[in-house]
Amino acid sequence: MPFVTPDVFVKERVAAVQEYSLLTGRAVANLFSGPHYWDDVFTQMDSIGVGSMPIVILTGFFTGCVLALQSASSLEEFGAISMTGNLVALSMVKELGPVLTGLMISGRNASGMASELGSMKVTEQIDAMRALGTDPSRKLVTPRLIATVFMLFFLTIVSDAVGIAGGALVSVTILGLNASSYFHSSYRSLTYAGITQGLVKPLFSGFIIATVGCYYGMTTKGGTQGVGRATTQAVVVSSVFIIVVDFLVSRAMIGIFGSQ
Amino acid sequence: MASIALDKPQTDPAMEGPGIPVVALKGVSITFEIKPVLEDISFTVMPGETRVILGPAGCGKSVLMKLANGLLRPDTGSITVFGHDVTKMRETDLYKLRARIGMVFQESALFDSLSVEDNVAYRLHEDRVPDDEAHARVVESLKFVELEQAIAKFPSELSGGMRRRVSIARAIISKPDLILYDSPTGGLDPITSTTIVELVVKQRDVSHTTSLLITHRLQDAFTLATHRFDPKTGHMEPIPDNGIDPSTKFLVLHEGKVVFDGTTEELVHSEDPWLKEYLS
Repeated sequence: MPFVTPDVFVKERVAAVQEYSLLTGRAVANLFSGPHYWDDVFTQMDSIGVGSMPIVILTGFFTGCVLALQSASSLEEFGAISMTGNLVALSMVKELGPVLTGLMISGRNASGMASELGSMKVTEQIDAMRALGTDPSRKLVTPRLIATVFMLFFLTIVSDAVGIAGGALVSVTILGLNASSYFHSSYRSLTYAGITQGLVKPLFSGFIIATVGCYYGMTTKGGTQGVGRATTQAVVVSSVFIIVVDFLVSRAMIGIFGSQ
Repeated sequence: MASIALDKPQTDPAMEGPGIPVVALKGVSITFEIKPVLEDISFTVMPGETRVILGPAGCGKSVLMKLANGLLRPDTGSITVFGHDVTKMRETDLYKLRARIGMVFQESALFDSLSVEDNVAYRLHEDRVPDDEAHARVVESLKFVELEQAIAKFPSELSGGMRRRVSIARAIISKPDLILYDSPTGGLDPITSTTIVELVVKQRDVSHTTSLLITHRLQDAFTLATHRFDPKTGHMEPIPDNGIDPSTKFLVLHEGKVVFDGTTEELVHSEDPWLKEYLS
């Protein structure tokens, strides 16, 4: 990467933020006017949602397992091993489920979007689309935005559920806890505020994954090397954004509901 | 192609007609980063004219083509297409204008995920043309480029020449009033190039569509100027008595500037030293 002067660097960053904002604004505005490409929305839902199920289930399940395993030893010191279900459920629903699912989907789909749209960009398919009278933001970005936000919401619920199930498996088979007690403890720990917090986060994460992935894809330059660079940047930037926004949403939710 | 007629925007008689240029560039300049790519480009393309744009690689030919279609905006100057200044139009208005423009891209730019039929019918599907009618038009358009047997294939299954022909079929399916060919013979072997040039000549002589064509192959450019399409034989043939097609004109670019703008005869008789060397 060539060195640039500070003023050029700042100008490039400001221009990138401006371009990202314009693309995102257009993608959102497209929701409120036709034409809508529902076929593309369902195709993306299948690709992003159904296609990501295996990694989300595996990640969520084993996160629940390891959470139960690690927390049990600490809880045992305080004679509170029966609270394992409480800790696993609370952690999965409020934090680990949304964040880990967001990161996994980011790794799988932000990269996919950036590489697919980037390849289209460098082979002039995006220009061809415009030349054929189609708005690429409407045809390519908005369907991915709708599909990611919608499907990430449900993937997070799946991740939460299998995480709690994984914790149950470890608690019952390895830690020797009672299954009924585990699930009762898990159920009691879940509050309206906690569930709301856990379900609001994937909406933001989905928005970040789709818009960042599409932005890097649509602004790809420099042939196949550029596609590789765009793909890497999309994953890195969307992952960092997800973590940062997770903190901000958590803080906002605590502000709204209190630290329940 | 006579039955192909897509809904197109209404034309304004005051802005279009005989004697009024279809494309007019005036003082157009564009710079990428700090490098000027085109400087003070001015020329016009009249109705029915085929304008061949020649020049060495990297002189800004493809950029010029994208500017004419509103895909890029110049830093200075005006570009008028069908009487509309595309430099001042909103993108949404440009989409309507582009319904009258067909474009063949340098590397074909076919959509990888769509079959040949869906690629060619792309614009028809966007305009919600019924499936039966769209299919009939696709078959007709593919017949024009003699590729109807490839209708169910995907772009990855086609050779470079076949992809170029599908790209031409996609460009002409809506019977456009202006066709932009961006290096349609680039990277092809001489025989395939001749096939593509024959299609361009056929489109020119059958439909009399105004067109801009970029090439860096002088042989292709002069074939266009010296040949005509014979509907009886279905093939291209030399114009008798060393004739030259009057509707084919040339624009030569060098280092982002226009170095020649005129007819075939003026080009071959030019005394410009760089041009003489380039043509030799």
